[in-house]
Amino acid sequence: MVRFLLSRLAQSVFILIGVTMITFALAFLVPADPVRMIAGRNATPTVVENIRHQLGLDRPIPVQYASYLTRLAQGDLGRSYMQRTDVSTLIASRLPATLLLMAGAIFFELLIGLSAGIWAATRRGRFSDKAVMVASFVGVSAPHFLLGLLLLYVFANLLGLFPLGGYGTWRHLVLPALTLGIAGGGWYGRVMRSSMVDVLRQDYIRTARAKGLKERKVVLVHALRNAILPIVAMIGLDIGIFMSGAVVVESVYGWPGIGQLAWQAIQVIDIPIIMGVTLTAAVAIVIGNLVADLVTPFIDPRVRL
Amino acid sequence: MRRIRSMLLAASAAALLAAASPAPASAAGSMVVTYKDDVSTLDPAIGYDWQNWSMIKSLFDGLMDYKPGTTELTPDLAESYEISPDGTQYTFKLRQGAKFHNGRELTAEDVKYSIERVVNPKTQSPGAGFFGSIKGWEEVSGGQSETLSGITVVDPRTVRFDLSRPDATFLHVMAINFSFPVPKEEVDRLGADFGKSPVGNGAFKLAEWTLGQRVVFERNPDYWKQGLPKLDRIEFQIGQEPTVALLRLQRGEVDILGDGIPPARFLEVKNDPANEGLIVEGGQLHTGYVTMNVKTPPFDNVKVRQAVNMAINKDRIVKIINNRAVPANQPLPPSMPGYDKNYKGYAYDPEGAKKLLAEAGHPNGFETELYANNTDPNPRIAQAIQQDLAAIGIKANLKTLAQSAVIQAGGEGSAPMIWSGGMAWIADFPDPSNFYGPILGCGGAVQGGWNWAWYCNEELDKMAAEADALTDPAKKAEREEAWRKIFIRIMEDAPWAPVFNEQRFTMHAPRVQGDEALFVDPVHIPVHYDDVSVAQ
Repeated sequence: MVRFLLSRLAQSVFILIGVTMITFALAFLVPADPVRMIAGRNATPTVVENIRHQLGLDRPIPVQYASYLTRLAQGDLGRSYMQRTDVSTLIASRLPATLLLMAGAIFFELLIGLSAGIWAATRRGRFSDKAVMVASFVGVSAPHFLLGLLLLYVFANLLGLFPLGGYGTWRHLVLPALTLGIAGGGWYGRVMRSSMVDVLRQDYIRTARAKGLKERKVVLVHALRNAILPIVAMIGLDIGIFMSGAVVVESVYGWPGIGQLAWQAIQVIDIPIIMGVTLTAAVAIVIGNLVADLVTPFIDPRVRL
Repeated sequence: MRRIRSMLLAASAAALLAAASPAPASAAGSMVVTYKDDVSTLDPAIGYDWQNWSMIKSLFDGLMDYKPGTTELTPDLAESYEISPDGTQYTFKLRQGAKFHNGRELTAEDVKYSIERVVNPKTQSPGAGFFGSIKGWEEVSGGQSETLSGITVVDPRTVRFDLSRPDATFLHVMAINFSFPVPKEEVDRLGADFGKSPVGNGAFKLAEWTLGQRVVFERNPDYWKQGLPKLDRIEFQIGQEPTVALLRLQRGEVDILGDGIPPARFLEVKNDPANEGLIVEGGQLHTGYVTMNVKTPPFDNVKVRQAVNMAINKDRIVKIINNRAVPANQPLPPSMPGYDKNYKGYAYDPEGAKKLLAEAGHPNGFETELYANNTDPNPRIAQAIQQDLAAIGIKANLKTLAQSAVIQAGGEGSAPMIWSGGMAWIADFPDPSNFYGPILGCGGAVQGGWNWAWYCNEELDKMAAEADALTDPAKKAEREEAWRKIFIRIMEDAPWAPVFNEQRFTMHAPRVQGDEALFVDPVHIPVHYDDVSVAQ
C-alpha cells in the first residue's frame, strides 16, 4: 500500500512536468504574440519590445521554461499578463465555486446515472430499458448551452423556482449542477447498465437468489458493490474534467468557476493563467485517479494495491 | 436648469408608477450592470478593454473631459488651459478642491507623476504611445530616464507641457484614461495590486471587488462636481451570459446590459412593443473595413483595390447583421468630426468592378486569402464578402482565426485581405487623427503595426502633420477640412474597402432615467455612469 502510494506519487511528478512542458510549448506555438495583446494598438515597436523584455519573453523558450519551473517549485504560478494579479489569487478566488459545482454535478450524475442504470439493467430488453437508454443518449448528446438555457428558462424564468443564474446559495447551485448531471448522468447510466448486466449474470448472484434473498437486496447489495467499480473510476476522471472548468455551463449560469477564467485567458494568450489552470486540472486528475484507485479495494476486496 | 426640472418630473412620474407595481429588486439609487467577461484591472494606466474603459472614467477624472452625451471637449480637473501660439506648449491650471478618495488634494505633481508612470516601460502600459508628442518621451519609453523633460510643475496648481511638435489632439490626449492622475503614495503602497484596489478622484469610489463575480462602486461624497453622481451605488455583475442578462432585465433584476442585446435575439427584442423606449440607438465611433495589402500583388494595383470596393454589396451585409449598422463609404464614421457627408464613395457595381479587374490585367480574376475573426457574426460577414468577390472572379479563401492570430497575420504582412470585424477600430478619442496614424499612416505600416493594408503615403503623412499643427481652437473647422481631404484622398488609393459603421443599441430597465444621449454617449460605453439616475 505504502509502496503503491510512493510509486504513484513519483509517477505523478513526471506527469505534471510533462503537462507543463506540453502546455508551455503549445502556448508558444500559437501563431500570436501575447505582448501585442498587452501593448494594444497604439504601441510603437519600442513599447512592444520594452514589454517583451519586462516579461522576459525575449529570452529563448527553454530558458523561459526553466525559469517557470524554478518559480513553480517555489510555489509561484506567476502573474497574469492582462489582469496584473497573481495567478494563484485568481485561481484561489474561483476554486470554491468550482469545487461546489463539481460536487453538485457529481451528485446529480450519480443520482441520475445509478438509478437509470440499475432500473434499465433489471429490465433488460424490455421497453422501459430501451426508453431509459434512449433518454440517457439524449442527455449525453444535448448541448450544454441549450440544456442550460432550457432549464434556466423553464425552472427559473417561467416557474421562478430558482434564481436566474449567479452564485451564493444552494438554490443557485441546483440548475447548473443539474445541467452537468443530466449530461454526465447519461454516461454513468449506460456504463452502470452494462456493468450491472454483466454482474447479474454471475454465479454468486444466482446463489444469492437461490438462497431466497429478495431481488431488491440481491441487486442493491450484492450486485451493486461489484457493478459500481467502473463508476468509481469515472468519478476520478470527472474530478479532473470539472476542475478545468465547465466553461459553457459556467457561462450560461454566470457561475464564477475556473472555466470562465481559462476561456478568457485563452482569448488573449494570457500564458500564466493558461499554465496555472492546466496545472490545477492536471493535479486534480492525478489526485482524482489516485483516490479512485485507493477507494477500490474497500469496495472490492479482491483488488490489492 | 430646464433639463433638470423635466427629469425631476419624469423621475416622480416613474416613482408613482413604481409604487403601483411590485418593488424592483435593486435598492433605490442603485443600479445593476452586467458584463460577460472579467474586469481585468481598474488602473487607468493599464485598463484598455470593453468593460473597464468607462468604469475607470467614473473612478478617475482627467484634466479634460467631454460634455456628457457629446464629443465636445471641456476642462475638467483643469479649470482653464492655455495653448501657446505655435501649439507646442499647453499650460493647465488645476481646479481647487479636487481630492483623491484618500482625502488628499490633487496637485500638479500628481499629473506629472501619473503620465511619467504610463510612459515608463516598467508599467507595461498599452497607453504609452499616446504621449509621444511630449518632449523627452523617447528617453523615458526607451528606459534611459524616468522623468519627462516636457512636463513642468510650475506651481502646485499649474502644470506645463512642452511638445516636440504642435499637436492639436493634445487636449483629447488629456481626456483619455491613460492621462488620469493617480496618487503616488497609494501606487507605492499597493504596487502592482493598485489595479485591484484603485484610489481615484472620480464621482465613484470602489466599495467591493469579489473576483470573477462583482465589482461595486459607491458615491464619492466629496466629489467636487455639484449634484454628481446621480446614483449612490452601481453593482457590476461579472460572468453574465448576455442572453440570461436580457431575461433578468425583463424581470427587473438588471438595469443595463453591458454587452448589449444578444445578436441572436436582437430583432425579436427590438420589435417587441413592450420594449418601446427602453432601447436607445446611436452612432458609434467605429468602422468595419476590409484591408488589402498594397505591398503585395495583385493588391499593389489600385484598380484591383477599387474593383474590390465596387464588388462588395454593403446593403446586403448590413441586412445580415439585422441592420445593426449603416453602410460606410469612407474610413471615418458619420459621428466623427471630419466625416464627408457629400462623398459618394464607390457604388456597388459588379460589372464596373469586372471591367477594372480586366484593365488591371486580371480578366479571369485571381485567388487570394481573406482573414477574419472567428466570432459571430464575423465569419458570416466574411462569407458574404467571399460571395461578392466570387461574382467578379476573385476566389478568396477564408481564414477564420482567433482574434490574436488575425492581428498577428496583419502585423507581419502575411494576410492579403483582412475583414476587420471583431478587432476593428473603435476610436480612443473623437478626433479624425485617431483613425489615421496607427491604421493608415506610415507609422503603423511596420512589423507588428496595425496598418494591415501596409499603406504608406508620405504626402498624406505630411498633410496629417500639418493638420495636427492647427492647434488653435479657432481653426477647428479648417483642421476638420484638412482631415476630410486626407481621408477622401485615401479612398482614391483605396487601401481599404469600408463596409459599415456599427450602430449602438443600449437597452436599459424602465427605472433608469436620463437624457437619451447619455445612453449612447460616444465616449462612455454602455452609458454615462455618472449622469444617469434611477427612479426612486
